[in-house]
Amino acid sequence: MAGSNKVYANAREALDGLLFDGMTILAGGFGLCGIPEHMILAIRESGVKNLTVASNNCGVDDFGLGLLLQTRQIKKMISSYVGENKLFEDQFLNGELELEFNPQGTLAERCRAGGAGIPAFYTRTGVGTVIAQGKETREFGDETYLMETALTGDLAIIKAWKADTSGNLLFRKTARNFNPPMATAGKVCVVEAEHVVEVGSLDPDNIHLPGIYVDRVFKGDRFEKRIERRTIREQ
Amino acid sequence: MAWTRQQMCERAALELADGYYCNLGIGMPTLVANYIPEDVHVHFQSENGMLGMGPFPLDNEVDADLINAGKQTITETPESVYFDSATSFAMIRGGHIDLSILGALQVAQNGDLANWMIPGKMVKGMGGAMDLVAGVRRVVVLMEHNARDGSAKLLKQCTLPLTGAGVVDLVITDLGVFEILDGAMHLRETAAGVGIDEIRARTEAEFAH
Repeated sequence: MAGSNKVYANAREALDGLLFDGMTILAGGFGLCGIPEHMILAIRESGVKNLTVASNNCGVDDFGLGLLLQTRQIKKMISSYVGENKLFEDQFLNGELELEFNPQGTLAERCRAGGAGIPAFYTRTGVGTVIAQGKETREFGDETYLMETALTGDLAIIKAWKADTSGNLLFRKTARNFNPPMATAGKVCVVEAEHVVEVGSLDPDNIHLPGIYVDRVFKGDRFEKRIERRTIREQ
Repeated sequence: MAWTRQQMCERAALELADGYYCNLGIGMPTLVANYIPEDVHVHFQSENGMLGMGPFPLDNEVDADLINAGKQTITETPESVYFDSATSFAMIRGGHIDLSILGALQVAQNGDLANWMIPGKMVKGMGGAMDLVAGVRRVVVLMEHNARDGSAKLLKQCTLPLTGAGVVDLVITDLGVFEILDGAMHLRETAAGVGIDEIRARTEAEFAH
């Protein structure tokens, strides 16, 4: 994706020409924290189907990626934990939905590797478990390691706190999570941000993700930022 | 008398040394943070991308961008730092976390751990558990000695799918403390008033005493 203007008006325009049936989408977020909520809605409205979606979780029944389960647009999920979602369970148990479990660190590292041109890597995670079935293992020193392959996607959909007009990104608190590694692993990366600011207004020493990874940016008009488990202490 | 849950957490808290970087699993292990001695300062890691995790927020402090790995709202402390998931698991896999305390469905006498799935039931996923047990230097299991139906959880061999093979270092139950050393289980402590006969009757695993 070339072009000097990365700024788009909204989710629909930012995704224009990028969606197709059967594509693989990398979706940032952990639980409902730091998810690209505007683009999930735009993907739902587009009607694109047979999607493979890599995301740590799959939202809840009526928010986040759960919205794309309602419309049966997702064919396969690549996730580490999907326990929050009844719709997911129903579609998985009746065979409508495929599921590939990745240990959470393996999922993150597969994306990091995918974005860094590393086709595969070795890890101790999953050795001696069902995750290792059918995968190559190799000894280094006294330890057995499992080979995991890189993961890339046709599109990465990313939520940032601040973006400048060159696509340099800042994230906020634990809403960073899978967003940076997934941003690097998409053939195209589209970012929704709470604030879009002029290039030059962010401190170049404190950029969380350089704009080279980012193709398109838009400002989300209103973020719901739903909280999954509101937990408080008494004064 | 078997230990209460509070006594189990107090015992587990003794595994934390001053200056440790530590990851606590969901459930009872999270409560261990409430029983740390005052002269011990521990840095808590949350695998969704934070070091220096603070307590749950007051009602007016809740922030949707600040959650723990159990998706609960939390707070930051003066030492808090945030990072992405790949960096978080590089910390875990690279052996930089000193201690992980987590729950279990089954532990085998050789240190095999099963805590992520029961075949035939809906499988929710392993989350970060496989990474934690493979990468953290010392893995402590905190769990009830027996399942709700009374069956043994300390076994000769796990019957459930493994989270990791030979990964557990210490098991703290309501009956006592077991260390796994060189692939064998050793009973190290018993709860006050709990006899060795009771522990043997409620344990399938072979252990030295």
